[in-house]
Amino acid sequence: MRVAVIRFPGSNCDLDMMAALRMIKGVEPDLVWHEDVSLGREDYGAVILPGGFAFADRLRAGAIAANSPAMATVKRLADRGLPVLGVCNGFQILVESGLLPGALLRNSTLKFVCKWTHVRVENTRTPFTSGLREGQVLSMPIAHGEGRFFLPHAELAQLERDGLVAFRYCDASGRPTLSSNPTGTLHNIAGVCNKAGNVVGLMPHPERAVEALLSPLGHPDGAVVLSSILVKSGGRRA
Amino acid sequence: MNAEQLGLGLTAQEIAFVRKSLGREPNETEWSIIDAEWSEHSSYKSSRGLLKLFPTTGKRVVLGPGYDAGVVDVGDGYVVTLHIESHNHPSAVDPYGGASTGIGGVLRDILSVASRPIALVDILRFGLIEKSGHSRWLLKNVVRGIADYGNCVGVPTVAGEIEFDDSFERNCLVDVACVGLGRKEDLILGEAKAPGDVLVLIGGSTGRDGIKGATFASKNLKEDAASERSSVQVPDPFMKKLLLDSILEIIANRGDVRGMKDLGGGGLSTALSEVASKGGTGVDVELKRVRLREDDMSPTEIMISESQERMLLVLPPGTDGGKGVISVLEKYGVPHSVIGKVTSTPKLVLRWDGRVVADLPASLVTDAPLIDWPYSKPASPRVAPRPAARRDEPSLDDALLALLSSPNIASKRWVYQQYDHEVGVRTVVKPGQADAAVLRLPNGRFLAIKGDGNSRHAALDPYAGAAGCVAEACRNVVAVGAEPIALVDHLQSGDPSDPGVYWAFRENLRGMADYCKAFGLPVVGGKVSFYNEDSATGRAIKPSPIALVVGLVSAEANIRTMGFKREGDSVVVVGETMLEMAGSELSSRFPKSVSLPSQSPRVDAGQDLKTCQAVLHLIQKGLVDAVHDCSSGGLGVALAEMAISGALGAKVDLSLAPSTCRRTLETAFSESHGRFVVSGRDAAAITSSLRDARVPHAVVGKVGGSSLSLSAGRSPVATVGVSSMRSKWEGAIPELMD
Repeated sequence: MRVAVIRFPGSNCDLDMMAALRMIKGVEPDLVWHEDVSLGREDYGAVILPGGFAFADRLRAGAIAANSPAMATVKRLADRGLPVLGVCNGFQILVESGLLPGALLRNSTLKFVCKWTHVRVENTRTPFTSGLREGQVLSMPIAHGEGRFFLPHAELAQLERDGLVAFRYCDASGRPTLSSNPTGTLHNIAGVCNKAGNVVGLMPHPERAVEALLSPLGHPDGAVVLSSILVKSGGRRA
Repeated sequence: MNAEQLGLGLTAQEIAFVRKSLGREPNETEWSIIDAEWSEHSSYKSSRGLLKLFPTTGKRVVLGPGYDAGVVDVGDGYVVTLHIESHNHPSAVDPYGGASTGIGGVLRDILSVASRPIALVDILRFGLIEKSGHSRWLLKNVVRGIADYGNCVGVPTVAGEIEFDDSFERNCLVDVACVGLGRKEDLILGEAKAPGDVLVLIGGSTGRDGIKGATFASKNLKEDAASERSSVQVPDPFMKKLLLDSILEIIANRGDVRGMKDLGGGGLSTALSEVASKGGTGVDVELKRVRLREDDMSPTEIMISESQERMLLVLPPGTDGGKGVISVLEKYGVPHSVIGKVTSTPKLVLRWDGRVVADLPASLVTDAPLIDWPYSKPASPRVAPRPAARRDEPSLDDALLALLSSPNIASKRWVYQQYDHEVGVRTVVKPGQADAAVLRLPNGRFLAIKGDGNSRHAALDPYAGAAGCVAEACRNVVAVGAEPIALVDHLQSGDPSDPGVYWAFRENLRGMADYCKAFGLPVVGGKVSFYNEDSATGRAIKPSPIALVVGLVSAEANIRTMGFKREGDSVVVVGETMLEMAGSELSSRFPKSVSLPSQSPRVDAGQDLKTCQAVLHLIQKGLVDAVHDCSSGGLGVALAEMAISGALGAKVDLSLAPSTCRRTLETAFSESHGRFVVSGRDAAAITSSLRDARVPHAVVGKVGGSSLSLSAGRSPVATVGVSSMRSKWEGAIPELMD
């Protein structure tokens, strides 16, 4: 499967994502410059928005990239059901562009935080979680200053009822505790999906957790997330 | 205007020298160029002669000092590049902007030799954050500045060191080092060798920020230092990221870049004169072609502006000069303009609308006359002998917990969690896990990195203290399983015209140089920073030599971290503890518990080399699972950190450790060099290997339980729970800062 990794000016996890995807047998990643118009024409099986500081996060994290021509194409592809994943800044861009609900606010500590976290898989009906078990605990690192997921109370309740929370921060045993919440994010939310399930955003970095060597626990959990795109069953695929 | 009216930083002798060599009175622009380039910051005129003492060659050294970065061969065609910078004065007046632009500068140095920056290390010095709100403000904003810049450009900050001492209250030190990775065949130097080549200025526009920054850094801080904020440059990490990505793409595309130079201190003056002087050529530049942020800038301002995010490329002439270089710059939206050309006359010719506004020999600009400052050893204050006051002696548990919560020793997690230390997917050993960071290299080897200094030791004994920084950095790299391969240094002190300050500087340099020679460690680059004192109080910082050492780990199996790994493992102390309490953390926290006069740690490079080799041998044989160096806080703190990190206690008899100290408190907290604590399953094999290596050592106890129990023979002297040690160690800095 060919996968497009979009590089905006200021993306900085694009090459890490490319390296991670290359390790997955059956995935052929392409690094696509944001002005490259071929994005809409090529036969991609998925689009990934990597982390970083696209357009320096000026205005708000993800705000400028969300209004770029590249994102207009991504929206069109997403509407057709193409799997779209946003990681960290990519998640922020998806939220800013309206492809995912909510907002990602400044961390409650008011500081950037880089650390390894545990997240629990909440929804396995997306193309990026179809290879996982519900309740499975993954170890992946976060690195961001604006990752506090926010929605007004009623909408958050609806999001939960619709089962659109994809990942939740938790402790090693899978409990979403206060102390395992690194950013003050509501309901310990680390990742969400859209109603159709084909668009997923998460703050932790799966591409930094694809090798046992780099994971403090020795678990290459990020590889399972990324290789889900190859899993045929479970995902609501167009 | 003549030189005397311009308010230059030049001395009367220097002014006379310029007039004599030139045979005429330079104009204002020319004086300003010489002033910037002859500043201490750019010219190293007070240190250049002495820096020759450093050993700078070795089998792995590709490029030593004198270029933008040192270059070391790490095998299979790959090179690691190293550079260290400080931004002390700017950070003292504008901690956020000063620290950010410090990162920006050091990244450009790594980039300008055509290597990819892969890691940042920051070594910071502040006043006492327990007492001073000003120091807390500096720490908070320096860390935020480093984080915002480093995180944005996507270069991980993987290691560092922080020390707190009253002498840094007004002059904080912000040292940032960068490590790059490249291919040997891709290296580009900061030279313009071929007349006819064109000079292209790329990146940010030139503004009035950072005017005279190099001159500002070359004098003492004034009382109203805040008024010098205009000497601090404006950071733009986004432009830096575009510069970085475009230059790396140009290198990957094999663009024909003939020379590359970053614009740092001294701005265009420095960059132009150095590419010409290094290449044995001259340059002819039209300053009207420089893109300006403010229209009405004068030629002088353009030449000495230190606006950030600018680089100078030397490209072959012609429309497609450099084989697609320009199209890559345009893809990334990096502004560029051809400002002039390389000539065969070794002169710096600058024009304004065609009219020559400066015409100087390039070598006159780059080769400031050396200054040989007078120096003399200051009289040491007489210390009245005094025995340790037994009544005031803390219990060992109290002392241990107090040291663990001292900001100097406490966990720096509050700091490093604000840095992205994972981006680039190379960070194998992460901050807090071990004595040094370990990054993977593309050839299956691993690079260990650590920067160290100890200003208290360096103030007490400038020679041994500076050598000790190298010793400690080497031990830290060895503790993760790496063989030290290269060093960059940073020497920082007060006003060199003070004979006592200059004497200490010379001793620092000699101490480091001698140690490196004996250890066989080449110095591939470095930096000198004087004038770290303020005229308000007349106080200089403690001399603060810094050593940044990189090492190579041959295989993944040889990487070690510090935490205890298994119940029942034997704990072994390697190296001898001596009565060296002066400058120790214990003596700073409990001054009366130390008898006077007391000795500060001495160094023995020959013995250290033996010890380091013996420890590396233990690692490579697979005999030890946890390795930790012994430095600040001595054996006691080293054992506590191994327990905290491994979440496992230990029972240790301190009287068994090789030690010349009489009191247990001294054995526990003396800061002698040349020591490690290791743990492993097979005590007999470990001791036999160390015996063969003729390194003093002893099995002192066993790993196990949930507390650290220390005894002296049969009498227990301290039992502290691992969780209570952890909460002190991890909680100390957040409690002060949040």
